[in-house]
Amino acid sequence: MIKFNLFVLPFSFGLVFIVYSIVIHYYRWIKALPAVDKVKLASGVRNPSKVLASLKEIFLEGLLHRSLWKRNPLLGYMHMSFALGWFLLIVVGNLESRIYHGSHINAPYYPIFLKFFIHDRLVLFFEIFTVPAFFRFIMDFILLFVLSGLVLAFIKRKKSKWFGMTKTTNHSLYDRITLSCLWLIFPMRLLAESYTAGYFGGGGGFLTQNLGKLLVAITPGSSEMIAYFFWWSYSLVLGLFFILMPNSRYMHIPSEMLLIVFRHCGIQPKKWGSSFSSLEAHSCSRCGVCIDACQLNFAAGITNIQAVYFIRGLREQCVPENIALTCMVCGRCQEACPVGIKVDSLRLIKRREIGSGQVSDFSYLKNGHPGFADVVYFAGCMSHLTPSIPIAMEGIFKEAGVNYLFLDRSGSICCGRPLMLAGKDKQANELIEFNKILIRQTRAKLLVTSCPICYKVFREEYNLPIRIQHHSQYLLELVKDGRIALQSQHRRVVYHDPCDLGRGGNIYEAPRELLGKISDLVPAVKECADALCCGGSLGLLNTPVKKKDELTKNALEYLLKDRPDILVTACPLCKKTFSKHSGTEVRDIAEMVHDAIPGRLIRKTLAAKEPARLLAD
Amino acid sequence: MENTVIVIGGGISGMTASGMLALQGMKVTLLEKEAETGGHVARWDRLFPDRKKAAEVLDFAREGMKNVNVVTGAEVTGISWHDKGFTVTSGIMQPASSVPGPESLIANSGSLINEIAAGESNYTARALVLAMGFDLFEARKKEEYGYGIYNNVITSADLEEKFKSGKDILTSEGKIPARIGFVHCVGSRDEKVGNLYCSKVCCVTGVKQAIEMKEMYPSAEVFNFYMDLRMFDRHFEELYYEAQQKWGVSFIRGRLAECAENPDGTIILKTEDTLTGKPLKMTVDLLVLLSGFVPASGTAKIAGMLGLQRGTDGFVNSADSHSMNNLSGIPGVFLTGALKGPISISEAIADARATALLLADYLKSGKP
Amino acid sequence: MIDFGYTLTKDRQLDYDHGDFRYFRFVKALEPSIDLCIGCGSCSATCSAAQFTDFNIRKLHTVIRRGDIESIKAELRKCMFCGKCQLICPRGVNLRNLILAMNRAIEQLG
Repeated sequence: MIKFNLFVLPFSFGLVFIVYSIVIHYYRWIKALPAVDKVKLASGVRNPSKVLASLKEIFLEGLLHRSLWKRNPLLGYMHMSFALGWFLLIVVGNLESRIYHGSHINAPYYPIFLKFFIHDRLVLFFEIFTVPAFFRFIMDFILLFVLSGLVLAFIKRKKSKWFGMTKTTNHSLYDRITLSCLWLIFPMRLLAESYTAGYFGGGGGFLTQNLGKLLVAITPGSSEMIAYFFWWSYSLVLGLFFILMPNSRYMHIPSEMLLIVFRHCGIQPKKWGSSFSSLEAHSCSRCGVCIDACQLNFAAGITNIQAVYFIRGLREQCVPENIALTCMVCGRCQEACPVGIKVDSLRLIKRREIGSGQVSDFSYLKNGHPGFADVVYFAGCMSHLTPSIPIAMEGIFKEAGVNYLFLDRSGSICCGRPLMLAGKDKQANELIEFNKILIRQTRAKLLVTSCPICYKVFREEYNLPIRIQHHSQYLLELVKDGRIALQSQHRRVVYHDPCDLGRGGNIYEAPRELLGKISDLVPAVKECADALCCGGSLGLLNTPVKKKDELTKNALEYLLKDRPDILVTACPLCKKTFSKHSGTEVRDIAEMVHDAIPGRLIRKTLAAKEPARLLAD
Repeated sequence: MENTVIVIGGGISGMTASGMLALQGMKVTLLEKEAETGGHVARWDRLFPDRKKAAEVLDFAREGMKNVNVVTGAEVTGISWHDKGFTVTSGIMQPASSVPGPESLIANSGSLINEIAAGESNYTARALVLAMGFDLFEARKKEEYGYGIYNNVITSADLEEKFKSGKDILTSEGKIPARIGFVHCVGSRDEKVGNLYCSKVCCVTGVKQAIEMKEMYPSAEVFNFYMDLRMFDRHFEELYYEAQQKWGVSFIRGRLAECAENPDGTIILKTEDTLTGKPLKMTVDLLVLLSGFVPASGTAKIAGMLGLQRGTDGFVNSADSHSMNNLSGIPGVFLTGALKGPISISEAIADARATALLLADYLKSGKP
Repeated sequence: MIDFGYTLTKDRQLDYDHGDFRYFRFVKALEPSIDLCIGCGSCSATCSAAQFTDFNIRKLHTVIRRGDIESIKAELRKCMFCGKCQLICPRGVNLRNLILAMNRAIEQLG
């Protein structure tokens, strides 16, 4: 029996090339790891439980596309049909080829083009339970499975709305060529197998056999030649796909596998461009889920800066500065990413490259002793523009009899995060060191802040030996400890999750529990991890005010859909940003709590119109 | 039916317009949502630049309205439009809640207008005059200025009410204020509250009120914090001159950034003295915010009923701001006063008279 | 004035005719809102750094517009980047990006 034909050469060449490429890439990524990570990797791959966990995740994510299923079942099915389908074609095809050749060392092309080499007789219906017939049936079935995904993929390109996506990725020409090769592979295989089966009158399953019969009947000319043409085409598109793949988005397949292994071995993202960030960039499949998640896209019409384009720029080593700077670093795309790429940290790496060269001089900050207290309160810069918040907090501290110190009463030394968001970590560290000394000098056991931006950086960068709480956590604790008694005002309120508190600090429950005690909390349309940014983000550096206004108005539309009496947030920046556009009163959770202390109402609500007031008569 | 007109809004614009129309022999119905006519002028003590009593201006306007059918407590709930003219439906309304403030996108969605009708009446006329006027900017929206939070931060309207009452003006602690600050451009020329426009009359109001404070307490120090002083009309610059020369009012060029309250109730404010280029801190006993104009809460509603164009600032656009500034573009619907944007009282009176003249001509000729 | 090739005293005027406007053009290209400033001073009044040191963000970008660059180089380093100025600006000037752009200008133009 023949086992070779010239047309297998393009495929074989492509296969060698792709295997070589992947090995080289893997080698470079592993080699570039810092020593400590290499140790982690080495011990990780020797640990059976970690290996198993990695394999399980590779199977669940790489083949089944579990995360994508959860987010968008239709999209999940589409990707699964390609990945799992192709994988099964290879594995089952390999098994099938062994019945015809007992040898375990078939050439790699042999199973791929098996039907060219064997063209057995027709399978009759009652023979379906014989082994070859079973394989032919199952192989056709898998091919159909892949083709169904192909049809969906085609529809998605044309009508993304049917998939619940408002936008799909705008791919580069290179990616589109690669995509065309990939899409052609399976129809070519179908046609090649069908014509072969039709011409020889056997060897196909339910799909290829019947289609083949039909095709041979309706096409003039030599069916054998046509079949041969399609075998060549099949091999050529496969080979071409393999050659194009390493520089295309499909490199995400092998990359993601290694990324999963890295993660299971405990390798962490770095602050600077590294092996890990390069691997993450290669693991992006450019599926475009992040585009729909991005508010800049759906609320402000900025469509060229989303994670998928940013990461593509990273891979091609040409990220325009504005793409790095136009981002709220709100974390929504990161939350949506089915591959789990830490997009925000990639974005910050790029910003560090831009911002690190710039120097700061904070020598004007002079040490002084702030005094001692049990609790140190840091309102944050922005809270000075929303004085209701620190006033409420001080009222509550006094009500609860807390020995507190208002560290930044007369003005803040910035926490450092705004500098970090611009990539100026070194400069931020000078401020951090200074604030750390101040905080430590107070000998407090607890640091409470009103600003989620400060909260995030206090927790992640300060390494303070004391507890750190955002005021929503702290106030809940005061209530639970019975140190303040609250009375519900029964106003209908909706709660807005500030980015740095929610996605950034994973605090969703404390503010809701607190609000549940003092008001009638109604759910927001998008909330918790899906919450929108208010548009005031300090991460968004180079976007004009008009665009920010659009973001804010859009977020308000979602929040105020149920017409609450009050929009409550837990961040001075969100409060200030929303106040500009909201017809509904915007308040901080601390104000709500303070007003819920019986007899402590400091400020009548805006909605209750009252006459001009306040002068002593 | 021939010579019938409905005027919506009983502030100085609506009063003057209806008076002038009645004078020309028309049957005028004036609908005012408040319990009394007079609008903002009725709440003001004295007027710039000559410090005439506001009441005198109102008396003059009322004098002309003897033949006007004034309906107070009447809020317009619907306007229909037919070949004979217009039918305006008004209810005696009990507002469930109403927030004066810029008509932002969210406010426009209607969540703020939520009334209960207690009885309705219909009025029919050949022509309509819209004179809904303005609201004062809700100073609480500038939270960093502390209105509604700190007791000694008040608005220019609060101060005027105090002047009107004739009582001494004291701090919330009952003391005579030794240092008083006036803050210009509160809610005006401020992208951060969505109002890019100048409210035009606050500059001279600030100067007038500063002089009045000095009259009351000659030894008090009075400071006006301004970005630009727009003394655009006759005698305004002279008033500014008088404030400096005769009363020793100080003017500091810098926009108020933020303020805080000291334990004794005094207000500490932060601004930049831009002329020396230094940040400036100052403690004052009383801080007066010169609130600007925003479109009246009813403007969006009524403009919506008629399909009138409004600018991004929320004020109603006329057919042409130069030559047809009293015409709405809809035959028979006329615009007058501050619903088209910030305007002084004397301008409002002139505008109302012009409206009356054009309207009379419209009823005679049938052409706008 | 006759130029003798040397001067006894340094001219202290803003020399608009010989100003270096490359910086201004560079900054404006990156952040066009620099043109919107009306010099109200609220940014410099609310500034977190200005409470500790002589630092005037309003002057920085006014001076760059006048073609005077030397005096701002050291000043620029004092900014803590907290963003209060931007949150208060009545003209919607994107002040944080302005600082970034000025830094970039100095980096690239010397």
